Amino acid sequence: MWLIILGYGVIGGIGLGIGYISPVSTLMKWFPDRPGMATGFAIMGFGGGALIASPWSSQLMKWFGADRHGLATTFLVMGVVYAVFMTMGIVLVRLPAPQWEPPVVRSAGPKTPHAAGPDRTANEAIKTPQFWLLWVVLCFNVTAGIGILERAAPIYRDYFPRAASPTALTAAAAGFVAMLSLANSWGRIIWSSASDAAGRKNMYRVYLGLGALLYLVLIVAQNASKPLFLAVCIVLLSFYGAGFATVPAYLRDLFGYLEVGAIHGRLLTAWSTAGVLGPVIVNAIADNRIAAGIVGPDRYRWSFAIMVALLLIALVCNELIRTPRPPNSVATVSDTRTATAATSREGVR
Amino acid sequence: MSDRRGTFLAIVSSLWVGVPFLYGVYQLLVKVPALFGN
Repeated sequence: MWLIILGYGVIGGIGLGIGYISPVSTLMKWFPDRPGMATGFAIMGFGGGALIASPWSSQLMKWFGADRHGLATTFLVMGVVYAVFMTMGIVLVRLPAPQWEPPVVRSAGPKTPHAAGPDRTANEAIKTPQFWLLWVVLCFNVTAGIGILERAAPIYRDYFPRAASPTALTAAAAGFVAMLSLANSWGRIIWSSASDAAGRKNMYRVYLGLGALLYLVLIVAQNASKPLFLAVCIVLLSFYGAGFATVPAYLRDLFGYLEVGAIHGRLLTAWSTAGVLGPVIVNAIADNRIAAGIVGPDRYRWSFAIMVALLLIALVCNELIRTPRPPNSVATVSDTRTATAATSREGVR
Repeated sequence: MSDRRGTFLAIVSSLWVGVPFLYGVYQLLVKVPALFGN
């Protein structure tokens, strides 16, 4: 047991974090004119890992058995394959030279690419209000998305319980979960890429403001229209994925490239918090409503109302975010690519 | 590392990751029609 906790839990968890953050910060440096697109691809790839690992690990357990020996062999095979993949990453992934700029046709890109913010260290960044405002934004945006994702199949069954057979209902609920997974995945690329043109702050206005409105639609419309319900859930889940795909580029706009990976790592504590907060809100309230004998969409009315409130709080926090002024001491370590404070103010819209 | 070797590695690794990834996407896509079947 201790080997599972230490190896898979602690060491595997640390590896997961390093594997998540390193390509994100590296890709932003390769695509300084399109950091949102770069992070969108990287973070969609992270989510795509589940598409591969989940069926693959199930298949391995079928081959080797689900007993103690079979599970140990499954872990061993997965460890060896992951080692090969990560080694390949070491061979392929490179940081660009300090003065490097992409040799792309810039006419195809945004006319006014958003400049990076003044360079800040991680310790300096976490002392700014901007960091903590963004922490709340990310935490509540993720909480709102997990609220649906965590309980997707039961939500679908409660909203649309009529089906030709119990099997058909189970298949439809599985289809709903699959559809949300796809929306979550593609939202990461589409909306994060759009942030390069529209600006990070504006995109979060959409994720949070429109997200709150869509939750209201779920509360008011209930199960009156299945197409409307599906469309609303698709957009909400695309905003969930987009929220954490866009945030590294937002950090780069605020705190520059200097330690953007380390700052991103600290910001991801918001995601961990949301991972607990979202399911607790939805499950606790839904279980309470079920115990009270309430059926159908009314089981989720209060959960969704709380999500609306959280999204509105996050929207206010997003409005309060301003690009920090570069301290004199930091100016000495800024490289020539770093924009001035004046241009970076324009960058965060 | 030469450019040719780098390109070769990039193509191989893209296929190595891309094929199972697309299979995973396909597995999700085939479940979606059941949503509209009742």
